[in-house]
Amino acid sequence: MLGKLTIDALPFYSWVAMGGAVVTVLGGLAVAATIMRLGVRYTWSEWLTTVDHKRIGIMYIMLALVMLLRGFADAIMMRAQQAVAFNSDGYLPPDHFDQIFSSHGTIMIFFMAMPFLSGLMNLVVPQQIGARDVAFPFMNSVSLWLSAAGAGLVLISLVIGTFSTAGWTGYPPYSGLEYSPDVGVDYWIWAVLIAGVGSTLTGINFIVTILKRRAPGMTLMRMPLFTWTAFCTSVLMTFAFPALTVACALLALDRTFGMHFFTNTGGGNPMNYINLFWMWGHPEVYILILPAFGIFSEVVATFSRKRLFGYASLVLATASIAILSFTVWLHHFFTMGAGANVNAVFGIATMVIAVPTGVKVFDWLFTMFRGRIEFHPSMLWTLGFIVSFVIGGMTGVLLALPPADYLMHNSVFLVAHFHNMIIPGVLFGYFAGYMYWFPKAFGFKLNEQWGKRSFWCWVIGFYLAFMPLYVLGFMGMPRRMEHYNAPEWQPYLIVAMLGVCIILLGIVCMIVQIMVSIRQRNKALDLTGDPWNGRTLEWLTSSPAAPYNFAVLPEVCDRDAFHDMKVHGIAYRRPARYEDIEMPKSTAAGVLLGAFAFLLGFAMIWHIWWLAIASALAAAATLIARGCNDDTEYVLPASEVQRIEDGRYEVMASIVRAGATEGEPVAARKPSLERAT
Amino acid sequence: MLSGCGLSDAPIISPKGPIALAERDLLFTATAVMLLVIIPVIVMTFLFAWRYRASNMKARYAPNWSFSIPLEATVWLIPAAIVMALGHLLWNATHKLDPYKRLDSAAAPFEVQVVAQDWKWLFIYPEQRIASVNELAFPSGRPLSLKITSDTVMNSFFIPALGGQIYAMAGMQARLHLLADQPGRFTGRNTQYSGDGFADQHFEAIAASKPDFENWIAKVRQSQDTLDAAAYRALAAPSIAHPVTYYSSVAPNLFETILAKYRGHKARDHQQAAEAANRKF
Amino acid sequence: MNLPAVIPALPHADRAEAYEQRAFGFWLYLMSDALIFALLFATYVVMAPNTDGGPTGQTLFSLSRAFVETLLLLFSSAAFGVAAVAMAAGKKAEVLRWLLVTFILGLAFVAMEIDEFRGMVLAGAGPDRSGFLSAFFTLVGTHGLHVSAGLIWILVMIGQIAVKGLTAPVASRLSRLGLFWHFLDIVWVGIFSVVYLPGVM
Repeated sequence: MLGKLTIDALPFYSWVAMGGAVVTVLGGLAVAATIMRLGVRYTWSEWLTTVDHKRIGIMYIMLALVMLLRGFADAIMMRAQQAVAFNSDGYLPPDHFDQIFSSHGTIMIFFMAMPFLSGLMNLVVPQQIGARDVAFPFMNSVSLWLSAAGAGLVLISLVIGTFSTAGWTGYPPYSGLEYSPDVGVDYWIWAVLIAGVGSTLTGINFIVTILKRRAPGMTLMRMPLFTWTAFCTSVLMTFAFPALTVACALLALDRTFGMHFFTNTGGGNPMNYINLFWMWGHPEVYILILPAFGIFSEVVATFSRKRLFGYASLVLATASIAILSFTVWLHHFFTMGAGANVNAVFGIATMVIAVPTGVKVFDWLFTMFRGRIEFHPSMLWTLGFIVSFVIGGMTGVLLALPPADYLMHNSVFLVAHFHNMIIPGVLFGYFAGYMYWFPKAFGFKLNEQWGKRSFWCWVIGFYLAFMPLYVLGFMGMPRRMEHYNAPEWQPYLIVAMLGVCIILLGIVCMIVQIMVSIRQRNKALDLTGDPWNGRTLEWLTSSPAAPYNFAVLPEVCDRDAFHDMKVHGIAYRRPARYEDIEMPKSTAAGVLLGAFAFLLGFAMIWHIWWLAIASALAAAATLIARGCNDDTEYVLPASEVQRIEDGRYEVMASIVRAGATEGEPVAARKPSLERAT
Repeated sequence: MLSGCGLSDAPIISPKGPIALAERDLLFTATAVMLLVIIPVIVMTFLFAWRYRASNMKARYAPNWSFSIPLEATVWLIPAAIVMALGHLLWNATHKLDPYKRLDSAAAPFEVQVVAQDWKWLFIYPEQRIASVNELAFPSGRPLSLKITSDTVMNSFFIPALGGQIYAMAGMQARLHLLADQPGRFTGRNTQYSGDGFADQHFEAIAASKPDFENWIAKVRQSQDTLDAAAYRALAAPSIAHPVTYYSSVAPNLFETILAKYRGHKARDHQQAAEAANRKF
Repeated sequence: MNLPAVIPALPHADRAEAYEQRAFGFWLYLMSDALIFALLFATYVVMAPNTDGGPTGQTLFSLSRAFVETLLLLFSSAAFGVAAVAMAAGKKAEVLRWLLVTFILGLAFVAMEIDEFRGMVLAGAGPDRSGFLSAFFTLVGTHGLHVSAGLIWILVMIGQIAVKGLTAPVASRLSRLGLFWHFLDIVWVGIFSVVYLPGVM
């Protein structure tokens, strides 16, 4: 009846496992309690079933932040283990340590970074291109709930059964049934597969949105940089994720039906998996970092109070990085013995990517040059990124040299390198975006003081945590060591542990920042919708934006469309009349599909065949029902649009009035700036 | 300063053989070349951020300056030039340091067959017909020619002080050529995560002077243990932190047998292909 | 053609734009799916020699069967083409008739494939026998699953046309189904020439 699932799957066998399970269950209860407090009906109708890209974006980011905490808990546990595990077993047995490094990587890539970037794209791109929603709002909701289903599977593995010990890359034959007989790898496969399908759909959705839904006048070369990077990332998502889907699906077939794709015996070929995985895996790195590049481009221009330098170069660089990213996957396994010619070609292809990346760095620097730089936390993240990222880029080029890679492959030098790209590159970028666009999502600004504190903790913590790992790489320390017998490694590992503790402080600062900002939100309300004197269209809408974003679609005449409107004094011109707006209806189909995908994954993991068939049929039925539904939109009447817009103009007029009497900076700044340029 | 941090002994900083040395030098050269750009970028970041801070009204402000052909050309050409220089370096180094390539040396290479197991390393010395577990001895000053395979999941064979690593995979034979300049003892290990015993899967690589090496062989030959098929099966079972073990004799063609275990299909395919070819004549 | 009352809130041009966007999105999905097939093809080519001493394509494949399967799919594609022409002409009964033909031909294809798989499994040549057979069953089976999904979709569309008539949203869905169905045809031609032809030669 329950397949392989028995009472033994519950974590009564060790205190660490039990602790993890308890925390997970408490987390689930906390989510349930929050929903109760908000009201089940409200949560269901306004959030879970919504197809509004802004709310979907917010839910993605909430998912990402929760998973960041979980992934970070893994990180600090690993660092603590390695700090003490010189000639001792530490406090984690190998089987636990192995699950922790596997879930850390899996969570951070698939369930922290991916939802974070999907969330930012959702929140910003439609508003930035002057659109009312994404091209396929329902599919957008499906993508969200598939990601959530995957995340749910990873989380529940802590309570029922175990997680994979095969690392986030799941290399066979180790991840095959012969060497990993328990359900851990299956959890990994199904979580990644389900979330991966969601990401593919997101990619398709945003390609169509960006190509087909731009406001009149917004030519491709007038798209904001974040939209450009979101576009390139979407292309990569659409065309790279199939490789991951195939790799994981074939591994699942090996494990579930005894096939021989990647087994040692029976004619299997594990190297095939490694190729498939990295055909996705390398583009994935750029899927993550390109939107971050886009965010830095927006932030650096806004807070340097200047037009972005080298726009065409930045676009060209983004596009060439996207294309080149498909040509370098072999550099992840130079040590497989492919031969000198092959290794050299892939090594050079890898280094070529450094050229467009270098160009970007210079373009950001020249954007700052002769600017008026304001050190908003988003700008600090950007500066921290530039300085740290070039170091990571350098170590990346070192690893692209095959003979050097022979020395550094599989070492903590490699670990330091990719964290050096992903923390200052990806994460700092997303944090900058989070603090930059937060007022757009919620209507008030985040506390800057706590944002700056968080930045300094993160940046100092990052250096302390990862510079020692570079050194340890030179000392020959491999990654994924549960314990070790080299005394000279320990001091470095203790410093790294210290670094992680400082990062923890950074996370605490972020939590405090949210709490303080919510409490003091009335002092930091963003009434204009344009808190930073922004340059792109998303700042034209109110904060938070009306459900339809733009009552009248804006006419774009310049790359910095909104800035241009402000200069010409037409940004807030009231239209003569409003028209009816057609809006997508909320639907439960997305969240239901997510739930069925979760059940399907769970059933396949535990070989509960009836449940697998039932949930697959239920998912198919939901899709068919949705496919037969012609009543998916409703009309927001012009009168209602007028009411919402009038309210907004009333608020804006009141600030201008208040500004005239009290010299309020927001109001004072506007006219002067419009005169200055 | 280096010694205080344990860095002067770091195997990759101070290698003990020409391969590792060449690989390290490549690392250093490439770092030096790249620092030519990295350092100016970091300096510019701090400089620009300070100079053009909003409160500094003395600095020039050019809010619409966003394009300059000379600057654009420079920012494309400088990284491109560096990548071209490094690419040239890379091409030559990758060919020179191909792990499959035999080393140029007056001395004849010393051959050892390496088998990765859960979680230990088996070394077979075909010339001497002896074997050892978790200890690799070889004469210094003579090229060490390794044939590497795995009787379990993928492993990666690595002696940091002597040179780079290579994967060990079941049914496949990888090659690695190393050389120790002087006698010495180095740590070698598996760097590819392979399960519970991974952390303890290391061994000592002993580059011995000629007499010392003879003594070592004599010591192994005195061992009671022999590595026949049954003993091999017992050894191949998973074990953690396996003690150093010597075998005074080894079943003939053991290494080839281990390889063949996983490539039965291929061998048979070749046979079939040969038969098919014969039929045609 | 009678449009349901919920539709005409928007000007016609916007509606057409929305359908065009869906068509474009569907093309992207097809390209993404084509990559899945490309990788399965590549996997098959890599694995084809890995028979592990088991049965080979020469003994397992029947070219005549594969040829009949090819004809079934090609004719079902043609039948869909006729249905599409009928749809453009607004002939509801004709669309239904030709969709039914498409469905029956597709069903016959799937039946033949299931029969082939069953025979192979019974002969000890199941997907767990060797890497070659794993790759064969997965590549051909993935295509078969797509065809089966397409069959369900055809049934759904037959139902929609019967109930709603040839409305704009229904026509838009039918055009995407057409893309899907012809796409599967192309993939099958690939399977015929990469799997069956060289397997038998």
